[in-house]
Amino acid sequence: MRDTGTILFLSMEKISDTAAEHHVDYVGAKMGMWVFLFTELLLFGGLFLLYSVYRLRYAADFHRSAAELDIFLGTANTVILLTSSLSMVCSLLAMKKEKTNLSLLLQIVTILSGVLFLVNKFIEWSAHIERGIYPDSPVVLAMSGGEIIFYSLYYVMTGIHGLHVLVGVGLISATVIFTFRRTIGPSNFVKLENTGLYWHFVDIIWIYLFPLFYLIT
Amino acid sequence: MAFGGSVERESFYEAPGRYRGILSWILSTDHKRIGLMYLAGVLTFFSIGVTLGILMRINLIDPGRFITARIYNSLFTVHGVIQIFLFIIPGIPASLGNFFLPILIGAKDVAFPRINLMSWWLYMIGGVLVVLSIFTDGKAPDTGWTFYAPYSIRTPTNVSVALIGVFILGFSSILTGLNFVTTIHRLRAPGMKWFRMPLFVWSLYATAWTQVLATPILGITLFLLVLERFFGIGFFDPVKGGDPILFEHLFWIYSHPAVYIMILPAMGVVSEIFPVFSKRTIFGYKAIAFSSLGIAFFGYLVWGHHMFTSGMSDTSRIIFSLITFLVAVPSGVKVFNWIATMYKGSVETDSPLLFCLAFIFLFSIGGLTGLINGTLSLNLYIHGTYFIVGHFHYTMFGGTGFGFFAGLHYWFPKMFGKMYNERLAKLSLLVLFIGFNILYFSMFILGLQGMPRRYFSYLPKFHTNHVISTVGSWILALGLIMMFGNLIRSMFRGEKAPDNPWGGKTLEWQIPSPPPRENFEEIPVIKHGAYKYD
Repeated sequence: MRDTGTILFLSMEKISDTAAEHHVDYVGAKMGMWVFLFTELLLFGGLFLLYSVYRLRYAADFHRSAAELDIFLGTANTVILLTSSLSMVCSLLAMKKEKTNLSLLLQIVTILSGVLFLVNKFIEWSAHIERGIYPDSPVVLAMSGGEIIFYSLYYVMTGIHGLHVLVGVGLISATVIFTFRRTIGPSNFVKLENTGLYWHFVDIIWIYLFPLFYLIT
Repeated sequence: MAFGGSVERESFYEAPGRYRGILSWILSTDHKRIGLMYLAGVLTFFSIGVTLGILMRINLIDPGRFITARIYNSLFTVHGVIQIFLFIIPGIPASLGNFFLPILIGAKDVAFPRINLMSWWLYMIGGVLVVLSIFTDGKAPDTGWTFYAPYSIRTPTNVSVALIGVFILGFSSILTGLNFVTTIHRLRAPGMKWFRMPLFVWSLYATAWTQVLATPILGITLFLLVLERFFGIGFFDPVKGGDPILFEHLFWIYSHPAVYIMILPAMGVVSEIFPVFSKRTIFGYKAIAFSSLGIAFFGYLVWGHHMFTSGMSDTSRIIFSLITFLVAVPSGVKVFNWIATMYKGSVETDSPLLFCLAFIFLFSIGGLTGLINGTLSLNLYIHGTYFIVGHFHYTMFGGTGFGFFAGLHYWFPKMFGKMYNERLAKLSLLVLFIGFNILYFSMFILGLQGMPRRYFSYLPKFHTNHVISTVGSWILALGLIMMFGNLIRSMFRGEKAPDNPWGGKTLEWQIPSPPPRENFEEIPVIKHGAYKYD
């Protein structure tokens, strides 16, 4: 099986003659997904740009506020998401080896991990909100400019990331249904593979969010 | 080289689909139908934008007599948002591009037909939201199309509706770009090597990458503005430690590349038309192809020239100014190549070519005044004046707009299978051209005299030029009515068009007019470059 991603752009030229003949274009579908992931990367890029500018400007405030975040919950979520990426990639491998039921099981494990991540996030946010820490709250507005920005960045960046996790859970639920209906199978797994790419992307974003918000103290 | 051109076959208008009536259009995944639906949408929004523009000009004859200051602010805001995000950006790629890209590379459709349909729906939803923002609560947005913070956070008007509309339009634009990139990589016919592709395809390719790589930044920036308005996150609010200048940076990181999303496809259209009406192969094929990529690349690195007066360091201003000049090089390369294509050619002055010549004239004025804007010392003087307004209307309307009109006249016979009235087309071009120059050239003079843009009222010394400009807008409007009247009438009453009325060599002219449902009976095999004239 062709390796994903990196060699994609090099290999396109050779296969392009046959692509026009087939309705289902494996390489084309994956290419579209990769281009889409570029756009996602740039979307988060705008946020990371804001983060770096304000981090530079308010280094001390960021340092102080980050100490308030719960490292335990953050670490737990990192472990959960990394494990879910493993189960996702294993579900694809299982599918390629024609073990459809195992693949199905692993997809469901991934969904459950995603849900667990969101529950964790919900607990974490609720704890902050109970203490009156949320954008534009009286508690936050009494803080310094740097701290206001830190908490806003925290909510916006983990919020948009959480939204992506939610979308990912929805997508994997769709692949579960497709697998049941045999629309996804050992010979036609590009939907599962693309969903996996998306899930790994969401994971990678978290890998950067985690140190930027929890570990910089 | 005719691919079923002589055989009588059902056109895509008649071919039976899954649905009937209106559903056969709005649920169709046929790139040709989607292209025409885009065309209808784009031109509808364009006419709304033009109407708002004319109302602005009417106010400026005698400020306050017909229109209040508050409404004037909304007029220039919504005019800008509509013309930029609903007309110029999607204009050529989504309508002509959708229709002709697959045909030009010898494909049956785009790579993702269903995503293509979805992007049309997103476009319509976003567009309707933007237009609705005029009417909700009677408070239309008044920030200017740039939505600069912190005013856009504080204004009580309906900025949020317009922002959400533009955010959705961004998705539409990204999906179109993604689709085109994949289509061009994957669906070229056998033998259609990269350097055999028609130049319109090259320009769409460069545009598509720019759409994909720049639009997400706008998306997130406008989304943050919405969050700012609903939740007060404070990223762009100085009271909360935020920085409004960062908004300007993020906004222009998208919106300057967007300028090239607007102009590149028009350059591609023009590159198709010159060889056909000169009966010569295009001069400097590779130079034109690479200059498209060059413009797209440099376009990313010049956003700072919109912000020379924002308090940036001198070093960054000088660098931005320098790179701005570099963009002029690939643009100049294209202009000289088009002119050189006509040299010793057998030139036929049909209306598409005349539109292209008008394009070159107007775009050159727009481009050269762009160099004036890019010069640091001069920019400080003309920043935020009518000079800027004149400049970008010459590039965007004179460039992209006229390029679009050229493409419409060039491909009209193929799209609708009818011919338009050639004399009326030429006459309407003449009226358009005269009206255009009266309308916008007076803005250069106003700007140099010191008239600031977006002002509701002005000093008495500006009166004469404002009146001249407004009269120009009426002539321009007359020209538009004549042109679209001619085209719309010809859709129903025009003579039947032959398959290849202009003697074009590219693939779309080798198939029937209008094209059959699947474009080609069998996928053509390409043996030489796109413009082979002996």
